[in-house]
Amino acid sequence: MSFKSNNKVVQWVEDRLPIISVMHHSIYEYPMPKNLNYLWNFGSLAGFALVTMIVTGIILAMQYTAHVDLAFNSVERIMRDVNNGWLIRYIHMNMASFFFIAVYIHMFRGLYYGSYKAPRELLWQLGVVIFLLMMATAFMGYVLPWGQMSFWGATVITNLFSAIPIVGENIVTWLWGGFSVDNPTLNRFFALHYLLPFIIVAVVMLHLIALHTVSSNNPLGIDMKGPQDSLPMQPYYTIKDLFGVGVFLLAFSVFLFWAPNYMGHPDNYIPANPLSTPAHIVPEWYFLPFYAILRAIPDKLGGVLAMFGAIAVLFILPWLDRSPIRSCKFRPVARIFFWVFLLNGLALGYLGGQPAEGWYVIASRVATAYYFFHFLVMMPVILPMIERPRELPSSIHEAVMKS
Amino acid sequence: MKKILSGFFAVSLGCLSLPVFAAGDAVELPEQEWSFDGVFGTYDKASMQRGYQVYKNVCANCHSMDLVSFRNLVDLGYNEDEIKAFAAEYTVEDGPNDEGEMFERAALPSDRFVAPYPNEKAAAAVNNGKAPPDLSLMAKARVGGPDYIYALLTGYEDAPADVEVGNLTYNKYFPGHLISMSAPLFGDDVEYGDGTEATVEQMATDVSHFLMWAAEPKLEARKQTGVKVMIFLIIFTLIMYAAKRKAFAKVH
Repeated sequence: MSFKSNNKVVQWVEDRLPIISVMHHSIYEYPMPKNLNYLWNFGSLAGFALVTMIVTGIILAMQYTAHVDLAFNSVERIMRDVNNGWLIRYIHMNMASFFFIAVYIHMFRGLYYGSYKAPRELLWQLGVVIFLLMMATAFMGYVLPWGQMSFWGATVITNLFSAIPIVGENIVTWLWGGFSVDNPTLNRFFALHYLLPFIIVAVVMLHLIALHTVSSNNPLGIDMKGPQDSLPMQPYYTIKDLFGVGVFLLAFSVFLFWAPNYMGHPDNYIPANPLSTPAHIVPEWYFLPFYAILRAIPDKLGGVLAMFGAIAVLFILPWLDRSPIRSCKFRPVARIFFWVFLLNGLALGYLGGQPAEGWYVIASRVATAYYFFHFLVMMPVILPMIERPRELPSSIHEAVMKS
Repeated sequence: MKKILSGFFAVSLGCLSLPVFAAGDAVELPEQEWSFDGVFGTYDKASMQRGYQVYKNVCANCHSMDLVSFRNLVDLGYNEDEIKAFAAEYTVEDGPNDEGEMFERAALPSDRFVAPYPNEKAAAAVNNGKAPPDLSLMAKARVGGPDYIYALLTGYEDAPADVEVGNLTYNKYFPGHLISMSAPLFGDDVEYGDGTEATVEQMATDVSHFLMWAAEPKLEARKQTGVKVMIFLIIFTLIMYAAKRKAFAKVH
């Protein structure tokens, strides 16, 4: 940290609190691999989405009323009478989906290029923690407008905990703050929906500290060996990230301004009614793969365990994949099964949106089995037996020069 | 790299098409053309005024519209005096006054649309046991939106021989086909001020248009803002792309 300023005030602060040199070091001269492709934009895009959600969310909270009799109409008041309320609310609604899109692409990028392998295990695990917190936050946020899907989604998901042996029912009552989803439930969901994003910010900070300790992975999956392999963050990746933000916002704006309710469900424009169950209770699209896994298992407890297991398996992924090669670029077999896994995940998402009947059930079971097979058998057992990785280039610089 | 990128792109697109949920027993809705569709879509004021007339004279006999105020009718092209006159046709309870008494007065533009029944139970009691739903958000609360409303209003037909209708009515487009609402439009239910012929199709079109506005009153502002934002974003993104190219041009 060889930071010296000619400005006396800056130097005075710096001598007492090295905040400026830390910033200079970590977002200015921070060395990043020079061969990053556009898939490396999605981390900063997820961060951008998080900030957007917090800013719009705080503004919405100033107008929203967390009460079963008032919540629905308070949201409609935002849509109709609050100046630009419709804009803020539609941004918040649609950015939730785009946050998940960015994070899913970010995660699959990590899977393809082996970004979870040593020394990035904790970096990956912190990412999984963020993903879990995001899901909890999104679920509780969807409950707040108190429409039909809000209410029945909350009922279905909280009821999952009743599958826990012996104490299940007590836990559900404790979660609800009563004997059904009601005003206490809505109030605590609002409190937690406001709290969790700030916990996400804290975990994102840890994620970034871990990232800056081990530095970014790259499409070749080999380490930077010197200055010829890297570029400073500023101006190269700040400008590339800003370009990414532009493209991201263009895609986002198409939905925001021309199809703001496309990713939502019409039933949520019907006020919650505990006496009338919708024909199909479906979660938001980003939960559908996990919802499919939940319903694939014929036993309630088994389904809940499988659903949480689907995320838990990501925690131990760094030790399930035993190949020393990070990037699928040099793993001819793993690369094929990456795409199979991705298609399987999409299939699960599709199946989660269909009614649990007929061949959908069978397909869900096959896809669920394959999901776990990929992590628990394919990665640790089959791939090491059948795969002969290709030769790695000796350095990033050399590979870049050759291409 | 290109292959991977396009793969990820396909994935994100795939995810977006997922919310087309199982509709189960849904029927294919015929698509209508609306002036509010498309990139620059706007509401047709004449159609909305006719739609309001249908709503007022037909729908509002049984359905409430709690989220819309008389003052909002300015969006339909009515002036302040016309809106005051519309409101004054209704009486609302106000109070308590200085004597502590509730009293009745003519409705004002600031009042919400006046519901036909005092509460849901009363509405259900005189409507076959099923309260007519509030129409404020109807155009967003059903799959198909305004297309669905149009289809429903024009979808009444004789039940097939094997269907037992009981005290319900058969409708081609209602999920499950048996609906509590009997056919509301017969033709010439209203006399349009602008001379348009009040066929069932015309009235269904107009009232669907009006209900879309009631559900999404900020649609025009949304699309107009969208066009400006897109222009800004395209310029911003192009500049960033050029800057990125320039920065990376020297990298080897």
